[in-house]
Amino acid sequence: MIGEHIAIVGGGLLGAAIAYGAIRSGLEVTLFDEHDTAHRASRGNFGLAWIQGKGLNKPEYVNWTKNGLRLWPELQEELLQITGIDVALQQPGGFWLGFSDREVLERETKLKQINAQGVHVPYTIMDRSDLLQYLPELGPSVVGGSFCSLDGQANPLLLLKALHSALKIKGANIINGVRIERVTYDKNTRRFLCFNSAGDHWESDRLVLAAGLGNAKLAADVDIYAPIRPKRGQILITEKLKPFLNYPTNKCRQTNEGSIQIGSTSDDVGLDDSTKTDQIELLARRAVKTFPLLSDARLVRAWGALRPLTPDGYPIYQESVKYPGAFVVTSHSGVTLAAAHCYTVAPWISGLTQTPLEFIAFRGDRFIQRPKE
Amino acid sequence: MRLNQVFKFYESKDDEFVTVYFEGKELRVPSGISVASALLANGIYFFRASSVNGSKRSPYCMMGVCFECLLEIDGVPALQGCMIGVRNGMIIKRQIGNMNVKKLDIETY
Amino acid sequence: MSYDVVIIGSGPAGMAAAIDCDKYGLSTIILDEQPMLGGQIYRNIEYVTSGRLKILGADYEHGIILADKLRKSQVEYRGNVSVWNVTRNGEVSFVINRGGRSGEKSQSINGRFVVIATGAMERPFPIKGWTLPGVMGAGAGQILLKSSGLIPNLPTVLIGEGPLLYLLAYQYMKAGYKPAALVSTTRFSDYFKAIYNMPKAMLSWRDFLKGLKLLSSIYIHGIKVYSGATCLELNGSDFLEEVSFKHKGSYKKISASLALLHQGVIPNTQITMSENLPHKWNENQICWEPITDEWGRLPESNLYVAGDGRGIVGAQASETQGKLAALSIANQLKNIDDFIVKSKQLKQTLSKQKRIRPFIDRIYRPKDEFRIPKGDDVIVCRCEEVTAGQIREYVDLGCIGPNQTKAFGRCGMGLCQGRFCSLTVTEIIAEKRNVTPTEVGHYRIRAPIKPVLLGDLANTDELTE
Repeated sequence: MIGEHIAIVGGGLLGAAIAYGAIRSGLEVTLFDEHDTAHRASRGNFGLAWIQGKGLNKPEYVNWTKNGLRLWPELQEELLQITGIDVALQQPGGFWLGFSDREVLERETKLKQINAQGVHVPYTIMDRSDLLQYLPELGPSVVGGSFCSLDGQANPLLLLKALHSALKIKGANIINGVRIERVTYDKNTRRFLCFNSAGDHWESDRLVLAAGLGNAKLAADVDIYAPIRPKRGQILITEKLKPFLNYPTNKCRQTNEGSIQIGSTSDDVGLDDSTKTDQIELLARRAVKTFPLLSDARLVRAWGALRPLTPDGYPIYQESVKYPGAFVVTSHSGVTLAAAHCYTVAPWISGLTQTPLEFIAFRGDRFIQRPKE
Repeated sequence: MRLNQVFKFYESKDDEFVTVYFEGKELRVPSGISVASALLANGIYFFRASSVNGSKRSPYCMMGVCFECLLEIDGVPALQGCMIGVRNGMIIKRQIGNMNVKKLDIETY
Repeated sequence: MSYDVVIIGSGPAGMAAAIDCDKYGLSTIILDEQPMLGGQIYRNIEYVTSGRLKILGADYEHGIILADKLRKSQVEYRGNVSVWNVTRNGEVSFVINRGGRSGEKSQSINGRFVVIATGAMERPFPIKGWTLPGVMGAGAGQILLKSSGLIPNLPTVLIGEGPLLYLLAYQYMKAGYKPAALVSTTRFSDYFKAIYNMPKAMLSWRDFLKGLKLLSSIYIHGIKVYSGATCLELNGSDFLEEVSFKHKGSYKKISASLALLHQGVIPNTQITMSENLPHKWNENQICWEPITDEWGRLPESNLYVAGDGRGIVGAQASETQGKLAALSIANQLKNIDDFIVKSKQLKQTLSKQKRIRPFIDRIYRPKDEFRIPKGDDVIVCRCEEVTAGQIREYVDLGCIGPNQTKAFGRCGMGLCQGRFCSLTVTEIIAEKRNVTPTEVGHYRIRAPIKPVLLGDLANTDELTE
């Protein structure tokens, strides 16, 4: 409710967006952020604001994403007004690229299946000659692709900076360098408590766990099941180049500063976020296959970002039944869904709106194995 | 571009000279030195313009660490002039802003 | 391809390590980023003219002995090679620098042990105007002299402190050029504070005398020296035009076309940091150092560090460290006769060679104002043009370490990969937060250690797969 004090654990794209949404809805906000070398999955976000290809077997997610993308320009404008930071949102449409006819056919099938679920996502299957109209530097190995007019990109780091900036301007209490180890609920005071390892604690009326990889453990404290596992994705960044790529593609995009971002692989390696040379070479090969002129661009940075993934890859947005007012939120699409998190999730966790109907599909207990009858 | 030579050669070099071109201007430079040295020895102080705000830059470290000495050499953009030796007929241009991948020959692919 | 020892860098540490590894019968290769061996201090040592040799002096000439021994050995030397990744178990990936075009593909070789001898680099000198054309490091001046035989032709000011600066002034005068001024940032109080280190330093009286001789010749030749300078500024519109500073209470301006800055060198820690190996903050040398054992070995790895990359020790001590690493490695691969005696000798030598270090570190300690710019508009990250004021703003926004400021402001994301801004950023954050540099930490460094062409990483033959 307005005036209530809400504590949000996790200052990444998710936590910061929700915190901002909460404070603009009239709540008092305390945001906890870890130390400088913490995992920080947000730093590994690729920066796509993307819908095509998503949501197979989960029409609620298609709808959720579609609405989120629609709300994005409003968020960009609002952040620009308040902080002066332009998060470089572009929504010109985006391309998925395929290297064989079979791949392209499989893609078309998938996109048809997704639309058959009821929520329509516009797309066009293109052959090579069509693609060249939009992506003239395309290499000979790319035989076709799919275009979706709703897709786009933004700068994830500028977005994070803008959100933190806006939070500061609006008077949020941001506590840096603190790792919340445990959360509890006090029945008598009806308040939530967040503890760090030293035993310091902070109180609040409401609690949101947006701690990414840390959520699995903390969620149990509020009786929510959130099986989140780290999935490492290698990303490459080149030196800054003069613009040549006007549309984001699923594996390669040109940032607003001019560097080319190339991604990403996907490995299950626990918490090892080191960079592997064979993965770098694989990504470099694919980038050069897609756009041969990148052969002469220099790789400046590569890193393995650990993404917090649920078993089915879809988010968890759940309020605790045992401890109403406590929420777990997790999503690896921190850019795509930023506006949705700010304008829809935030009012909900603030107690100002009813639980969106589709959130039934995003409960953490969908992963609980039911015993067979 | 400064025409006053800020650096000069200590000894008169009796060994080979090569011809290179900087922004169209012909320069005779001793063989065996780096492109950056050759330009500095000819009073050239504006190597590149920053892509962030266009400010003029010239070499700082001369050992490959600072990346200030970026030049376009024989059509290849954004190369470190301090790490490349002069060659006869070399065509050198300033690196203005970010590197342009599109300019490169397609036939090399 | 496999070797007993892969050595990265061909300065005194690299060459000495290679020579000894070869002597012990180990298959050895040197990978060098530069086109010729010698590292920075012995740059161009194999091709330097006799005229230049006279100017550069005996310390430089010593490099010829090393280069000679190396050439006579079985050590394989490969120049023009850019190492972009080193793993803890000795896999080294590199590309060949061909000046741009995607040439040969990236290669990997394995060393049973790797010696990282990448040395040091110029400490950044972030003051107003330091990015102007016409401003370079004093090390750059030395490189131009060694490699190309170039000396200044127009008014030049040498600024800062440290043995390299005075050596350069001395070498310039021998070559017939007198700098317009030497603006020294050493204060009387530094000499005073260094007195505590004097007794130990006097044990290395030869080094001490050498330094004195250098300094006195500068005065004898009549170079104008301003000591204890503060409030340094470099002014000019497109190029350097004037150096201004405060000296004995009044402001001075000197017209100049070239300024050579120096306040010591710092270890190049890119490779050691890239494998997440532990580093500690050295408060005496104000820089990060990798944590090693007495042989230079990095924990839980087959990697050694030798030379200035382990902590600034100078050329002679770097050589000894190279020999120590070689001895340690050789003894693990095959039993070395009189290992104990040899190691004792080398350790004693190293100890002697390091004796003068605390004195030099104290007397030439870089000043706070030239490491942590007070002016908000002073550029800290040259590549991305991020200022000191912006870093402080990010701290206000909640960034508590350099990786966060990097994410917020691109500081450290340029082509130099954070080499030139790393220490400055850590110290600015530490000062603003009122904590130690240790608590602030450093950039997370990862492969590629140097920018590498995508074409060199991709297997270009397989484009049609």
